[in-house]
Amino acid sequence: MFPLPKNKVKIIKSLCKGCGYCIEFCPKNVFERSTELNEKGVTLPEIVRGDECISCGLCVMLCPDFAITMEENPDE
Amino acid sequence: MSETIPTGKHFVHGDWACAEGAIAAGCGYFAAYPITPATEISEHIASRFPQLGRRFVQFEDEIGAIASVIGASFSGMKAMTATSGPGISLMLENIGLAVMTEVPCVIVNVMRGGPSTGQPTMGAQADVMQCRWGAHGDVEIIALAPQSVQECFDLTVHAFNLSEEYRTPVFLLSDANIGHMFEKLEIPAADEIEIVNRKKPQVFPPDYKPYEADESMVPPMACFGEGYRFYSTGLTHNEMGYPDMSVETQDKLVRRLCDKIRRNKKKINMTEETMTEDCDVLVVTYGVTARSAASAVQMARREGIKAGLLRLITLWPFPDWKIEELADNVKGVVVPEMNYGQLVREVERSVKPTPVEFIPKLGENPPSPDEILERIRRLAK
Amino acid sequence: MTEQIDYYLEDYLRMDRLPHIWCAGCGLGIILKSYVQALYELEYDLDKIVTVSGIGCAGRASGYVNTDAFHTTHGRALPFATGISTSNTDIKPVVISGDGDLFAIGGNHLIHAARRNINMLVICSNNFNYGMTGAQYGPTTPRDMRTPTSPYGNIENPFNLVSLVSSAGATMVSRWTVFHVNQLKNSIKKGLTKNGFSFIEVLSPCTTGYGRLNKMSPIDMMRDLRDTCKIRKVHPTEATIEPGKEVIIGDFVDIEKPTYADVLDQLTRRSTE
Ligand SMILES: Cc1ncc(C[n+]2csc(CCOP(=O)(O)OP(=O)(O)O)c2C)c(N)n1
Ligand code: SF4
Ligand code: SF4
Ligand code: SF4
Ligand SMILES: [Mg+2]
Repeated sequence: MFPLPKNKVKIIKSLCKGCGYCIEFCPKNVFERSTELNEKGVTLPEIVRGDECISCGLCVMLCPDFAITMEENPDE
Repeated sequence: MSETIPTGKHFVHGDWACAEGAIAAGCGYFAAYPITPATEISEHIASRFPQLGRRFVQFEDEIGAIASVIGASFSGMKAMTATSGPGISLMLENIGLAVMTEVPCVIVNVMRGGPSTGQPTMGAQADVMQCRWGAHGDVEIIALAPQSVQECFDLTVHAFNLSEEYRTPVFLLSDANIGHMFEKLEIPAADEIEIVNRKKPQVFPPDYKPYEADESMVPPMACFGEGYRFYSTGLTHNEMGYPDMSVETQDKLVRRLCDKIRRNKKKINMTEETMTEDCDVLVVTYGVTARSAASAVQMARREGIKAGLLRLITLWPFPDWKIEELADNVKGVVVPEMNYGQLVREVERSVKPTPVEFIPKLGENPPSPDEILERIRRLAK
Repeated sequence: MTEQIDYYLEDYLRMDRLPHIWCAGCGLGIILKSYVQALYELEYDLDKIVTVSGIGCAGRASGYVNTDAFHTTHGRALPFATGISTSNTDIKPVVISGDGDLFAIGGNHLIHAARRNINMLVICSNNFNYGMTGAQYGPTTPRDMRTPTSPYGNIENPFNLVSLVSSAGATMVSRWTVFHVNQLKNSIKKGLTKNGFSFIEVLSPCTTGYGRLNKMSPIDMMRDLRDTCKIRKVHPTEATIEPGKEVIIGDFVDIEKPTYADVLDQLTRRSTE
């Protein structure tokens, strides 16, 4: 379904509007709110438990702003 | 009848001729909602289109009909709708969209008496200003007025050609008299009918800017399904077709939309002159009223009055330059119309300070030749 | 410094137009995402799609998809799509528009497009209000809701969209929410491949309009969709939406009928016999 089988999520900071859906609904609690702001003043989420990601893709699907994508996990 | 273009002589009514004009012009999609006195166009198309593999859809209302016509035209079809005044009232918002997104289409208005439901079976010329100014915003359109069954055919073909050339809605302003009048129609051979097709893009899809125009001011038109993947919107848009709310973009776009027609006025305008070379009194009119006016001018000549007739075939863009030219040397201008004062205002504007006599006629028939003659006499004194 | 945007759906979107205009947490982004993800997973030929929309926040969806797309007038997306669908049967029109656009000003076109079984997919964002003009009540707003034009509470009864569209003759009718995003995407995939009039109602948070009026945050609204919506198989007339009650989502209709283009072709045969 997603480009590669075992992936790593990535936040596209300039597109995020800070709705918090990724933080709230990730089944593995991978995200948390950070203190970093993007250029539009949005408080960004950050990936704090990336290792626990199961690549379910929910955050990618639920992000209303195309601000989460998956890239190949360089460690695999 | 199964041939695409029934070349030869026919004795038919104007609505029939209009429908055949559309077929001859290559109209592939027609949508309408029944309304007197335009219904016969739908009826004739309903019997002819299926045989030719073309698409006729009787819509749930006129708003849907014109919307689908625009969708069909953007899908590469030549498309038309036909209605009367009340239907035009409903269509106006989408006619504005066709202007804004530059979609060729033909809109036939077989005019009847109004306001409101008015006189459904009786002719009028009272939607002349509506078609010009009805859609909101700064809009330029093209409108043609046939005076005979033959012209219902010829001008419908021409309306398609103009709409394709300028990427704009074109009105055919017929009326109940012409729509229902039986007359001889001669349909030319297919290869004698001039057909104009929209200009297509000559660039690869990634380089295509749907609203970028050269000096012709008319952008080449890609259609849906051709691989260009363009976006079109009724919002003010830049050359990519993307919404852009800047003042500069609005100014540039609206000027181009209007100027592509205004600056080609002389090319678009069609008029017919009878005995205008030496005339003292000029009659200016259009459509079915021009038939009365032609008789009146002849009667005046027999009385020794130098009367002439300028028949406007193109009503919009208004051929003011032509009227100015002719009005220079006349004592006065007579404008008969089947309304209570519409195109006469344009004529007055064009011929100032030459006196203008207006002959309004409300209900069914044009002013009679005698009524027109009477005014010619008055001005000739 | 502008960030290099590297997004796996970049061939499906007009990346030069992102970020989109919608508010933070607005469900419309998720609907758009589900649509392009469905196209991506189906490897759908983008040259065979026209995305059409009316006017409203939902109406802006057509402007972000890398297909031919047409942003039309308020309420009229369906007749435009009908003109497209009957003119070029290779093209699948996909209409993305709002509850107000499709059921208030455009309601008549909707029932007639369904009745004719025009081959198209209609994705209706139901956010229970006219989002773009400032959250006024509309044909889907629940009773008693206070909105800027119903300051004493809405006195009108809302439509049950899936029931209305089913009885008008649609060949596929489903209701999902933007929380049920994978089901939504699969439903869109089904609608894209179905030959006939397919309708998907998507319950979608209008975070700044409806959300603020209800004093709910975007996350509250998403939780609400998660907690109150249940997937069940019922007759569409039973799937009403009432505040405080369970909302039934899922597939309601999936039948086969000749499309309008099919019968037009039959008509050509009949007329030349
Ligand atoms: C003819 C016309 N009337 C009114 C409007 C103003 N208008 C724009 S969007 C809209 C409502 C849209 O509501 P909906 O379809 O539910 O879309 P949403 O914004 O909620 O996504 C209205 C009334 C308009 N654009 N055109
Ligand atoms: S879901 Fe998307 S827009 Fe919302 S906070 Fe997460 S990254 Fe940002
Ligand atoms: S892919 Fe699934 S597990 Fe991984 S971050 Fe996103 S929602 Fe969490
Ligand atoms: S007003 Fe409502 S529907 Fe419109 S973009 Fe904002 S949240 Fe979405
Ligand atoms: Mg809405």
